[in-house]
Amino acid sequence: MSTQRLPFHERVEKALADPVLKKAVPLAQDKFRAGRIAAAELVGNFEEWRDHVSAIRMHTIENLDSYIEQFATNVRKKGGHVHFADTADEAVQIITGIAKEKGAKTVVKSKSMVSEEMHLNKHLEEMGVRVVETDLGEYIIQLADETPSHLIAPAIHKTRKEVSELFSEVAGRQLSQETTELCSFAREKLREEFLNADIGISGCNFAVAESGSVVLISNEGNARLTTTLPKTHIVMMGMERIVPGWQELDMVVSMLTRSATGQKISVYVTGINSPRKEADLDGPDDVHIVIIDNGRSKILGTAYQEALKCIRCGACLNVCPVYRHIGGHAYGGVYSGPIGAVLSPLFDGYEEFKELPYASSLCGACTEVCPVKIPLHELLIEHRKDEVEQGFTPASEKLAFKGFGYVTSHPTVYDLAVKMAHTGMGVMAKDGVITSGPGMLGGWTDVRDLPQPAKQSFRDWWKKEGKDRG
Amino acid sequence: MKVSLFITCLADVFYPNVGISVVEVLKRNGVEVDFPAEQTCCGQPAFNSGYQKDAKEAARQLIKAFEKSEIVVTPSGSCASMIRHYYPGLFKEEPVWLEKAQKLVDKTYEFSEFLVKILKVEMSDLKLPGKATYHQSCHMARGLGIKEEPKALLGQVEGLEVVDLPYCNDCCGFGGTFAAKMSEISEKMVDEKIRNIESTGAEILIGSDMGCLMNIGGRLNRTQKDIKVMHVAEVLAQGGKQ
Repeated sequence: MSTQRLPFHERVEKALADPVLKKAVPLAQDKFRAGRIAAAELVGNFEEWRDHVSAIRMHTIENLDSYIEQFATNVRKKGGHVHFADTADEAVQIITGIAKEKGAKTVVKSKSMVSEEMHLNKHLEEMGVRVVETDLGEYIIQLADETPSHLIAPAIHKTRKEVSELFSEVAGRQLSQETTELCSFAREKLREEFLNADIGISGCNFAVAESGSVVLISNEGNARLTTTLPKTHIVMMGMERIVPGWQELDMVVSMLTRSATGQKISVYVTGINSPRKEADLDGPDDVHIVIIDNGRSKILGTAYQEALKCIRCGACLNVCPVYRHIGGHAYGGVYSGPIGAVLSPLFDGYEEFKELPYASSLCGACTEVCPVKIPLHELLIEHRKDEVEQGFTPASEKLAFKGFGYVTSHPTVYDLAVKMAHTGMGVMAKDGVITSGPGMLGGWTDVRDLPQPAKQSFRDWWKKEGKDRG
Repeated sequence: MKVSLFITCLADVFYPNVGISVVEVLKRNGVEVDFPAEQTCCGQPAFNSGYQKDAKEAARQLIKAFEKSEIVVTPSGSCASMIRHYYPGLFKEEPVWLEKAQKLVDKTYEFSEFLVKILKVEMSDLKLPGKATYHQSCHMARGLGIKEEPKALLGQVEGLEVVDLPYCNDCCGFGGTFAAKMSEISEKMVDEKIRNIESTGAEILIGSDMGCLMNIGGRLNRTQKDIKVMHVAEVLAQGGKQ
């Protein structure tokens, strides 16, 4: 599932050196942050909403099996097909199988993060099917042969100039850098693709169990065209996308759009209830819903279960001070930011993603904004604990913390250590400042100075004169 | 009223003046202070790095050290937050210690929190001229929900102008071992924080957590910027001397 090519620290270095990211990410973050805050203020009792929606999501996750059953039964009742894919490979097989059966030449896709987990486009292209992403951001990064760098703003890292160059190549003529010209080119070009496509593939923001409906949230209208014009519609759905009923959906969608962009509601909220019925003017004849596990069910019942509540709004990315500086690609997985740092090691293991839980200052900004109250930074601490227990941390670090545990639980030893600190660390100091240190200390002093421990510690001061002052 | 001071390892070793200031301020407000010598560290460095067993050793010692105290006050939002949020979890399988941990949780206060909420101090004799800005540390603001208390205290200092810090909710890049492990990212974070501090025109940066201040101060020092770094307690103590 991973898209990483370079080791973590090289990815970070590359991101930090990127002048476009340096400007674009903070700008986008500021816009999204302000939108979210304004939307929350308008609601007034936003914290109560968070509690409520968190409870809805938790209840759903705890009863996922029965809700999925209910959803699948209702879809089938209305003539849709339901497939279950345990793994990414199985999902690919199901979807390429449908494409083969339909003799598909072109597929249009509206945004689907879960499809990124299995590099679906690559698999379809390998069998000779053209795939066209129709979400504007996704279209841009498809042309650039890149992966999304933000959950809801996948091309956050591309400039207008870069977009103009990419579009000009498709157009066969030089386009300006004006947003209106670039958008109208994309609209024209994509309209053609919608009309010619054999299959439309969409994601699934929410699946309503009580009616077997798929709900898509979008701002560009491409999701509607994707799910209406082609004869066949395939829905790629992460198994945790379920909501029990329309009443719960109302709450969850309200929180999604407000937390994502600050919108009260997205431009389009599309509910798909069944394949085309006789009286319908349009719509696909065939609807296939692929319910994808791909590592999700193994999270159920673990300390990380709450991560499955995620509704993919991206609010945690927008407030994250680490994401602000490294952007999405440095995370190396399909999902970036704090939720990516939680999910990627769960999906793909610590071998591949052992650094991600440490790529956080544990400031808690993510946890504070999460509309479904996932304790994101605490799950990162949980990952760190598991990494230690499973032996993913260096022996030297292990030893250091063993020493820490010993010293801090033996006050007389601690006392001595504090006494020795001034002289001991003094060998590295000049004029009371340490500018270069060994090992872990080196990471600190690479960037900033460290004061030499005080000549007289507080505890010594207390013994000598503080006691009487206290 | 009698209070036990939990100095925190950072202030004990690197910034004793913070502790001395806390003692002075508390005393001036009629509080008797003691310092249980058995105290060491709250265990957060180990806890946040994933070494919960080692963190627990430290936590157990801290609980023991303050067992007889009525009220514990600490000049760190981060360490207070460690106790309040994670001590009960560390001992969830040891009922006896869980009860002891909960007792410590219930009687521990961050310095500003204690002065404003418990002591309800109104100090009218403080003077410290200068333009300052306040760094709101993450664990204190988010973990303990203490944002206004330090500002309320600083507002009692005559002559001290406290300017709002833009992007005050953003982390300074400390994050304990994060600052050393992910120094390249931390560097960008602290530099952005410093740019924001500079934009206020403040000559003093005031904070409630020596971890953050050690990070920002260390970077200010490295980049040769002339901004003074002070703990809230130091401001109040110094203000009382003028």
